Amino acid sequence: MDFGSIIDAAFSNAFGPQAIVFALAAIGLNIHFGYTGLLNFGQAGFMAVGAFGLAVAMVRLDLPLPVGILVGLVASAVLALILGVPTLRLRADYLAIVTIAAAEILRLVFGAVETKAVFGGSNGLNGFTETWNSLNPYSKGIDVGFASWSRNDLWAMTVGWVVVALCCLLTWALMRSPWGRVLRSIREDEDAVRSLGKNVFLYKMQALMLGGVIGGLGGIFFALKQASVVPSDYSTNLTFFAYTALLIGGAARVLGPVVGSMIFWFLISGLGAFFSQATSGIDPLIPASVMTDTQASLIRYILMGLGLMLLMIYRPQGIFGDRKEIALDAR
Amino acid sequence: MRLRTAALFSVMMAGLVFLATPASAETTSPSPGPSASAPASDAPVTGPAIRVRLLDQQEGKAGNNPPPVPGVTVTVSDDSDTEIGRAVTNDAGVAAVAIPGKGKYSVSIDESTLPDGVKLTGKKTLDVSVNLTSGQNVAFPLNGKVVEATPFVERFVDSVVSGLKYGLIIALAAMGLSLIFGTTGLTNFSHGELITFGAITAYFLNSTLGLPVILAGILTIGIGGLFGWGQDRVLWRPLRSRGTGIIAMMIVSIGLGLLLRNLYQFFFGASTRSYTDYTSQRARDYGLFDLSDKEVAIMVIAIVTIGIVATIMTRTRLGKAMRAVSDNPALSASSGMRVDGVISSVWTMGAALSALAGVLLGLNSQVNFMMGYQLLLMVFAATILGGLGTVWGAVLGSLIIGVITEVGPLLGVPGSIKEVGALVVLILILLIRPQGILGRAERIG
Repeated sequence: MDFGSIIDAAFSNAFGPQAIVFALAAIGLNIHFGYTGLLNFGQAGFMAVGAFGLAVAMVRLDLPLPVGILVGLVASAVLALILGVPTLRLRADYLAIVTIAAAEILRLVFGAVETKAVFGGSNGLNGFTETWNSLNPYSKGIDVGFASWSRNDLWAMTVGWVVVALCCLLTWALMRSPWGRVLRSIREDEDAVRSLGKNVFLYKMQALMLGGVIGGLGGIFFALKQASVVPSDYSTNLTFFAYTALLIGGAARVLGPVVGSMIFWFLISGLGAFFSQATSGIDPLIPASVMTDTQASLIRYILMGLGLMLLMIYRPQGIFGDRKEIALDAR
Repeated sequence: MRLRTAALFSVMMAGLVFLATPASAETTSPSPGPSASAPASDAPVTGPAIRVRLLDQQEGKAGNNPPPVPGVTVTVSDDSDTEIGRAVTNDAGVAAVAIPGKGKYSVSIDESTLPDGVKLTGKKTLDVSVNLTSGQNVAFPLNGKVVEATPFVERFVDSVVSGLKYGLIIALAAMGLSLIFGTTGLTNFSHGELITFGAITAYFLNSTLGLPVILAGILTIGIGGLFGWGQDRVLWRPLRSRGTGIIAMMIVSIGLGLLLRNLYQFFFGASTRSYTDYTSQRARDYGLFDLSDKEVAIMVIAIVTIGIVATIMTRTRLGKAMRAVSDNPALSASSGMRVDGVISSVWTMGAALSALAGVLLGLNSQVNFMMGYQLLLMVFAATILGGLGTVWGAVLGSLIIGVITEVGPLLGVPGSIKEVGALVVLILILLIRPQGILGRAERIG
């Protein structure tokens, strides 16, 4: 058992690009669910639209990287607009089902044989990272003892954490503004806000668009970091995992989603590495009669499902949250 | 349907395979060409030529060598539609028309010269491109089996029937979801796992323990009901009594779904497997549609089950209590009903129905650890379309969703993503009539 490599895997991923993708997705969800009480279960759809916006603009239309990013962001804002009009008047559980369905429609359409000429079918799109890579100032990777990253990871992390910091700053500033107070009031009591003469629908729409665009940013970053966009990456599970990350850290807290994503990836990678080591080698710690290495790779997801249930039952506010501030009842 | 098309295709190919005919064969063809300008249709053709050979394929009379058809006029034109020559088939059924060389030609047959009882069963004119200096052999199918494109009506009816079958399976699961939602307000995102539970349990009973599929299926309904009862007892009832909010419960169900899905994969593996019986059955032709026996059985079982549930819901005390709790839990409790007991039965019944849906789905196609999860959105779509919380709405919505899914590809929905049609309907219905078809108008926004 090599504990060094387990710790390395856990820390590398906790601070690595994958955690940044989830942090961005969860910051968006935090604005939807944490602050406004909108149960958006289609965050994967916003991310997919951002990523495919970037990839289609750059691969099919030969546009430069900044324009590609802009296309991705505009696409996720437009998705929020289209999705918001029919759904924002619905109760939370209906909203959840509709957004999940919309995200699935998008994933199916992006991966369909019939749209292969545009979205590249089930293999998706790649070959749009030339500019991104050429901007990389690092010449080699880094190993800090308890974690290690490649040259490309370092570049992605530099940009990614700056973006995450800016998004947190934006959330912090917005949520202490009068606008943010209205959002939180909507979460607490929609009718009271309405009776004070505020246009609840408009505020919800703005929140959906803002969170969706931050989610789209997460999708764009996802695309750039792994140099490809594959439709199957944007399944419903991505949304569920982002929610898990958000709930671990604590909803309605500025840093909740960021810390949550880091813990999420620390646990997922650490457990993954532990069980993969425990079942491999000549004399494995856990014999193959108990579980094979394929089965061992599932343990972390089984534990995560269990963890999500226990978290929601015993500590729905997560690490930093305030129980009074979580929208737990559908209104 | 596919099988029949393949058979037709092979018949066509057989009719089109022709041997190079020796030039000497044409010398026995004395009949004069009708066109004087056409070169040497009655003379032996030695240079490049298009040779047409006509054989009566006598479709349906097996065992014979197809006899040649003599005395039929064929005409060859070049690609600018200028006639190059014509010829009449000789006793070997062969007509040769000399051509200037390689290129594109069209060969047509004069149907009026065909002998009685011989009919052309393909196109009258064939486009031939000659790539060899020696020429090309051409054939026309005569008395072959007629190739007909399946008419739209038949494809439509076929899709509707297959959609109804799919819808009936969805309906079983949707009734369970709708009952549970109606009585507890829980939007159960792990409902798909109840379906998978049924399919996998039946698989283990059938494949590992060696029980016949029918017995395994019946046992599975009971085990599925027990699973639902236990789930309510261990998880949902304590949560209800703690006063957990419905969004919190929804997220708990997501966690449970994740847990169960991965447990299924842990024990069942990622592969797709079949039950030991009824795996491949040939479809019977019922006129406008084809169904295999197991598909008929699936539909009958589903219809009978829905009938039984209908009787329970309308005729028995328990059914009435379920509807009352679904309508107004607080009022039911104050009227002296044991609400928790009723909810327990709802979970048992809902899970048993979903397990049956899983068995039927596994019987219809195959068993996989993801099968219920993949069906979940269809079940949601069906329930919302019919009206969340209403049992009849769930059945009606399921049938509509099933038919939309299967008919969609005929009307332009890309076939590889036919579920999209149903999901679009889900979003549209919430725009137009959020309470669903049979739902009561109440505040849902």
